[in-house]
Amino acid sequence: MALAENNSEGRRKAPLELWIRTTFLTLGSIIVTMLGLMFVTFIIGRVMPIDPVLAIVGEQASKSTYDAAYEQLGLDRPIIVQFAYYVWDVIHGDFGKSLLTARPVSQDIARVFPATLELASIGVFAGIVLGVPLGVVAAVKRGSWIDQVARVIALVGYSMPIFWLGLMGLLIFYGILGWVGGPGRVGIFYVDIVPSVTGMILVDSILDRNWLVFKDALSHIVLPASLLGYYSLAYISRMTRSFMLEQLSAEYITTARVKGMSESAVIWRHAFKNIRVQLITVIALSYANLLEGSVLTEIIFSWPGIGSYITTALLSADMNAVMGGTVVVGLIFILLNIFSDLLYKFFDPRAK
Amino acid sequence: MNTFNRLLSTAAISLAVGLTSVAAIAETPANMLVIANRIDDITTIDPAQSFEFAGSDVSRNIYNKLVNFDPLNLDAGYQPDLAESWTVSEDGRTITFTMREGVKFHSGNPVRAEDAEFSLRRVVTLNKTPSFILTQFGFTAENVGDTIVAEGNTLRITTDKRYATSFVLNCLTATIGGIVDKEVAMANEVDGDLGNAWLATNSAGSGPYVLQGWKPNESVTLVSNPDYYGGAPAMERVIVRHVQESATQRLMLERGDIDVARNLNPEDIAGARSADGVAIDDELRGRLMYISVNQKHEILSKPEVRQAIKYLVDYEGMQNSFLNGQYTIHQNFLPRTYLGAVDENPFSLNVEKAKELLASAGVGPFEIEVGVREAQERIEIAQSLQNTFAQAGITLNITVGTAKAILGRYRARELDMYMGAWGPDYPDPHTNAGTFAFNPDNTDEAGATGLLAWRNAWDTGGLTAKVEAAVVEGDRDTRAQMYADIQAEFRDIAPFAILFQKIEQTGRSEAVQNLNLGGAITAVSYWPVTK
Repeated sequence: MALAENNSEGRRKAPLELWIRTTFLTLGSIIVTMLGLMFVTFIIGRVMPIDPVLAIVGEQASKSTYDAAYEQLGLDRPIIVQFAYYVWDVIHGDFGKSLLTARPVSQDIARVFPATLELASIGVFAGIVLGVPLGVVAAVKRGSWIDQVARVIALVGYSMPIFWLGLMGLLIFYGILGWVGGPGRVGIFYVDIVPSVTGMILVDSILDRNWLVFKDALSHIVLPASLLGYYSLAYISRMTRSFMLEQLSAEYITTARVKGMSESAVIWRHAFKNIRVQLITVIALSYANLLEGSVLTEIIFSWPGIGSYITTALLSADMNAVMGGTVVVGLIFILLNIFSDLLYKFFDPRAK
Repeated sequence: MNTFNRLLSTAAISLAVGLTSVAAIAETPANMLVIANRIDDITTIDPAQSFEFAGSDVSRNIYNKLVNFDPLNLDAGYQPDLAESWTVSEDGRTITFTMREGVKFHSGNPVRAEDAEFSLRRVVTLNKTPSFILTQFGFTAENVGDTIVAEGNTLRITTDKRYATSFVLNCLTATIGGIVDKEVAMANEVDGDLGNAWLATNSAGSGPYVLQGWKPNESVTLVSNPDYYGGAPAMERVIVRHVQESATQRLMLERGDIDVARNLNPEDIAGARSADGVAIDDELRGRLMYISVNQKHEILSKPEVRQAIKYLVDYEGMQNSFLNGQYTIHQNFLPRTYLGAVDENPFSLNVEKAKELLASAGVGPFEIEVGVREAQERIEIAQSLQNTFAQAGITLNITVGTAKAILGRYRARELDMYMGAWGPDYPDPHTNAGTFAFNPDNTDEAGATGLLAWRNAWDTGGLTAKVEAAVVEGDRDTRAQMYADIQAEFRDIAPFAILFQKIEQTGRSEAVQNLNLGGAITAVSYWPVTK
């Protein structure tokens, strides 16, 4: 009896232990990945042919000025010691000060990241809303004109340089037609009108109930977000089509059709249901790419986001800013991965 | 964005604009000036530390100085600003400034000699990058208590030896000469930084504009100071937006969303020139393009070879092709508009003459390496040189690299030849004379990496003494003549071939008047602008 009770208690404990173990493993993997990322970025920052000292003192500086700045940056210490100091500071929330902005990097990131988040979120949302149905229809109507149109849309999305599309978009919709706002997040009259709560101007203007600013911000974001959405759409629609084709040729789909199930039920309740897990990975990757890879879009549209922040910092040897930005982007990748893992478990019972 | 991308985008924009037209349907308010510029080089607004172009633009409009340039008459040289007048002691070492009465800082505090004393001492004590502009006069953190002293309404500065008054005063017109509100700066001091961290992002000046906000890589907003002693500026608000792309700046200008576009490339300048309501201004800046040859090289150290190289540059060909409108031929180390600048450009492409010079030196075909930083226009210049040098039997191997790689080797005196650019640090001829033609110790051990003559291992001979004499000459006209003479000798014997001087081309709305970018000697001035 006692043995039976112990076994029963053991069985009850098992899921908790498993949960604790999984949590620790996940946290451990996050810490190891982040340390690895920081180490690699740190080493690349130290060996790359850009001189942070010259960036501070200028080309004309004398040797003594150069040496003083070199020591001030701690570059005279062994690399591993520099790295240890950096990690210690990061653990305490200190990413250092940016050479370029004279502000703490954490403050800079808090300013630029919401701008990118806002842009990329709308972009990926447009990509999902349009790309998934397009991919499904292209797969179902394989070889039809719809499939061909979807193929062309995706091909253009893959192959057109983003800066070219961006400039043409600006020229047509802003320059000639005047349908959208120009570069920047808002027009000059609306700069700093609404208080920054989230840093996302659409959200902040809603919170402030300032509909004029909201409308202006919307007119500024619609073009760059559509551009990002288009690239996202191209990728998502092609992957959706590919996943759907694989499912539609499976035997269980034939069985479902033989059993007389309606075509929409076959497509959406069976085939589509089974590609959700793969699709989550694709969308998560697409989202992550938009969050860190929309540099050209940010440059063309003068959008002060994290992509252009890291790029400018890199070109100016502002390594604190590069490291800080990279850590944040790395963290986003990891969090998106964890999030998609959780969704796997939700959608796929086998993953539980 | 690389050149191919740039050309593609420009071609696309030009084609589309040609087929349609961008109507200027918007207009900025009459009391507001909106400028598109690349401002990602601003690292601080503190005048004791700011040393970048865009930062100097902001600082000039916020801070008054003891002496300053009048934007509507730059040729007149330095003029009284916060110092109403000054006297120079007999030994030429002490200048006593009498402060202008009744001027107030943006905070409402009166501008006193004590603030000027604090500001100049602060530059020396903080010892940031541009501090050498003042410390070259012998000021140190230890002696500023005695050498920079306020007494009542006067400020007395005493240099370590006699210098030309014009040299000292020209240096005080640089950004580091900005007079800071002592009370405000000290109220925001952290850990003895004399307000440095706070002033990096805030302002405490008495100039025509007050800093309302600086968002890095995004915008700088200035609002007018209605109590400015020179009269309230017509533009009540100045917004400088960071717009990286030339094509985007052009679109915004042609649509009327901005008044001034400061970074248009030659293709967009050509396109914007024909747009309605848009004017293009050309303004000479201080940046020079030059080549230099290392005097440690056995062949390159021969005087005839140095001369020959100056005849192997296709100055006109480059000026009229890929540098069109962006650079003008200039063969002297002082940029035009500087005190002592001369406009003599005796060299032109003459392969036969170069061959004769090489033959007279007993030099046959040889091979050298030129180091070039990875900037498009510099690479194109190097390619042109490669072509013309080859015509005289000189094989030029181009090494393109980052600033760290190329400058590192240049500063270590390892390059045969360097192709690069030089911008003056302050608006006095000594800034360039003191680096191109001055080298008191040519040994490797001297490590004078800040001196271009040293980097090229060139013992300038008598020129070093002449530069030292010019920098202490009290009479302005005599001093100007001394620099003219130094440059004549320099052109003839130096291992440097100065090639071009920068022209800044700016697109502006025709409504904008009196916009002065500062020429070669200072930064932009917004306060005279009207619309």
